Parts: sequence; structure tokens; C-alpha cells
Amino acid sequence: MSNPQQLSYTKEHEWLSEAVDGVATVGITEFAANALGDVVYAQLPEVGETVTEGETCGELESTKSVSDLYSPVSGEVVEANQDVVDDPSLVNTAPFEGGWLFKVRISEEPKDLLSIDQYTELTAGN
Amino acid sequence: MSTAPRLTALDALHRSLGATMTDFAGWDMPLRYGSERDEHNAVRTKAGLFDLSHMGEITVTGPQAVELLDHALVGNISTVGNGRARYTMICQEDGGILDDLIVYRLGETEYMVVANASNAQVVLDALIARAADNGGFDAEVRDDRDAYALIAVQGPESPGILKSLTDADLDGLKYYAGLPGTVAGVPALIARTGYTGEDGFELFLKPEHAEGVWKALTEAGEGVGLIPCGLSCRDTLRLEAGMPLYGHELTTALTPFDAGLGRVVKFEKTTNEGRFVGREALEKAAERAETAPPRKLVGLIAEGRRVPRAGFSVVKDGVVIGEVTSGAPSPTLGKPIAMAYVDAAHATPGTEGVGVDIRGTHEPYEVVALPFYKRQK
Repeated sequence: MSNPQQLSYTKEHEWLSEAVDGVATVGITEFAANALGDVVYAQLPEVGETVTEGETCGELESTKSVSDLYSPVSGEVVEANQDVVDDPSLVNTAPFEGGWLFKVRISEEPKDLLSIDQYTELTAGN
Repeated sequence: MSTAPRLTALDALHRSLGATMTDFAGWDMPLRYGSERDEHNAVRTKAGLFDLSHMGEITVTGPQAVELLDHALVGNISTVGNGRARYTMICQEDGGILDDLIVYRLGETEYMVVANASNAQVVLDALIARAADNGGFDAEVRDDRDAYALIAVQGPESPGILKSLTDADLDGLKYYAGLPGTVAGVPALIARTGYTGEDGFELFLKPEHAEGVWKALTEAGEGVGLIPCGLSCRDTLRLEAGMPLYGHELTTALTPFDAGLGRVVKFEKTTNEGRFVGREALEKAAERAETAPPRKLVGLIAEGRRVPRAGFSVVKDGVVIGEVTSGAPSPTLGKPIAMAYVDAAHATPGTEGVGVDIRGTHEPYEVVALPFYKRQK
């Protein structure tokens, strides 16, 4: 699998897009999606909710387990992906595209993100 | 005890198929190859191929093999005909379940006991110890865990797939029967058993033959939708079929009667003057289950989408009334399902107001009778 170049990553396997007009998109990586197995339920933060970098903001439930979703950045949620709520398997089939989770208006520059190289190294050998 | 996981004879093959592996009872086993939901659905509608080589085979032979098994297990093994199999249990003296088992009668005085991987050593030790009871039985208990690989082909297409590879009379092979035969040119014990709620077969083979048979089955099943399947879908398949899993629905703290499986206990045995390990305790357990059962095993179906997991509390009006033993999203029902032990007063199907405490929120659940799924025959 290859991680898209233009994204930033977290140790908890979320990705964050480059902000456009202050709004960035959040999802989980293909590595995370593969580790989870079939995602059957996604609880996403609601529009208007404030999320904080490194703190939980939702959960993803798969056949075997439930995993917390951590926000890679602080800000206000401006959109949650209703397609994923309706069909959580999008997280497995298109984690970097149609399986994105929510969009956030960034209130503070994130401090703890990984570059593509750092993230690829983190997940190498797994 | 070594900490390195044990590998089955098919390990290299699983890795070449890109399987996600998991540690299960000390074995490195395939959890899934691709989507576990696709694997589940393949078994329900077409066919799936499983490596179950972690299961623990124990052979019991000798003139008093059947007397030993009648003494050591709760079932009436004397009534198992040659070439037939029986689902049974081995219990402690206090009636607590040590394991659930399938016993295959392979010959006049030869039986194969198949234990869960996690309990194989416990069952082996208990059988060896019990062989010395009552002045000793004239029977040999042999650890055959390394003698067999076990491949299962399960699902409605499995008879056709296997038929193309064997000369054995599969039409004459009933559910819970087993016969020696040849599969893809090598000797195998062919059993019509499984743990999926579907028709299917389990093939006990020499480990060195496992890879060849796996490949032959894969090829034979290619045109009808057979895919390799991991333990993840095996768990959801057995859960839908209402089949208990040791460590979840069955433990040493429960008797077969507590688990709603009192039917496997046979008090009318004729060998050993009707005595067997656990008999006195089990008679009391049978009476308690009849008159004042503490809890009952029920099915729960979610109204929402959050999934109950083993250990979660079952609640009603804010009071804990039970505990989930297994839970998963059901691919067939399209909803989360669970098995749970629930106070008898609230265990009737249709009981209103029952919920599961899912991380602090009481999610509504419907109480139903097991199983969740029964195949159309």
C-alpha cells in the first residue's frame, strides 16, 4: 500500500489533508483500515462540535473490535461524511478518498503530525 | 512453555495468500484473508475453506476404550455407531465444563476425541488421569495433535466440490458421520461436521498432505465461489448458528445445564454401572435448571448499530440482569447480535426494555431464542 504524499499523519493512524481556506479533511489510513477489518459502524463528531488535537472524537467499530478515533487537529467540525455513516465499508475500500471521515476548520496549528516518510517508517515491517 | 507461536502445515500458504494472522491458543492462525464479511457470506451462500489444524486430536484405543470415554465424558459414547460422531463434553467432578468435544468412532475399539486448541492439554491430561480411575481401564490415550492437519470445507457448494476429489460415498455420509477415504489422492478421515451452521466437511489429514489437498480444493471450488476463510468469520458463523464457544458460553464455572446444553448429559449410561465423572453434581444441576435456573443463555439482537462485546453488561431499568458472552455484527442479519447469560426472569424472548451497556450508553436490544440463523435443508 502507499500513503498519499500530500497528507500528514498521526501515530494513531489518522490522516489530515492540506487546509484549503482553513478547512482540512480527516480520515484513517489504509494501514489502519486493514488492521481493523471490515468497519461496520462509524460514530463521527457532529457538525459544530469542537475537536482537540490528540483527543478522541468518535469511534470505529469493526467485526472484532472498537477503536477510538483521535482528531489530528484542533478546530470546529464543519462536515461529517454521511456516506460513511450510511456505508461504513467505504473506510475499507477507499480510506484516502470516499472513506474520509470529517472536515474541520482548524483553530490551531497541529503540533504532533508525522510526515509521509515518518509515517511510512512507523508502519514498516507491520 | 515456549512463547513462539506454533505454525500449521499450511503456514507458508496462508502467508502467500496475504492472510492477516492472529495468535489463537498459542497457534499463529489466519484471522482473515480479505474481507471477513465476504468470507462469512461465501460460507453461507457458496463455500469456504478453513485451516483448523490447531484443533486437538486425542486417540483412545483398546478393549475398554468406550468404557473409559463413558466414564470420562458426559455423553453416552456406547451408543455411537462405527463411523459416527457425537458432540459431547468433559466435566469436572463438580460438573463444571472442562471442554466441549466431538468424539468420532473410527473403529470397533478406536475413537478420536477432538478438543478445542485452548483446552487440548487439559483434556489430554484429564483423559490420562481418568484412564487410571476405577482400578484402571484397558485403554490407551494417545496425543495425536501433531499427527493431523485439519482442513474444513463448509457451505452449500461443499459437497459438490469435495465429490470431485474423492471416491468416498458422500451422499451416504450423514451429518455427524465420518469415514476414512481418499481426497485428492491422499488418505483422509472425511467427517460431515463443522462449526458454521452450514453443510460441510472436515478433513483430517497427515500434515505433509495438507498443502496438496488445500490446493486441490481451491482449484475444484474456483468455479463455484469457494474462498479461503479465517477464524474471524468462523466466529460470526458459529455465533449466528447459536453454537457455544469455550471460554465464552462455556467455562468451568458453568455446567452443561447452565449453558442450556443439558441434553448432552446422559444419565442412562449402561457402562461402569452408570457412574461417570461429575454425575452427582450434574444431577443436582439438572434439577436446579428445571426448578430454579439462575440465568439462561439467550440471543440479543440490536436495534441500533453499536456492537456488544464479551463482558458487557445486560441491563433493564438501570439494573444489571446479565452479561454478554459473545457479540459481533451479524453479516446475515445486518445487525449486531450477541449471546448473553441473563437472569431467568428476563430471559423470555420478547422481554421488553432490555439493553446492553455499551461504554456507558444503554443500547436497546431484543431478547430472542437461539439460534439467530438456521439453514434451509
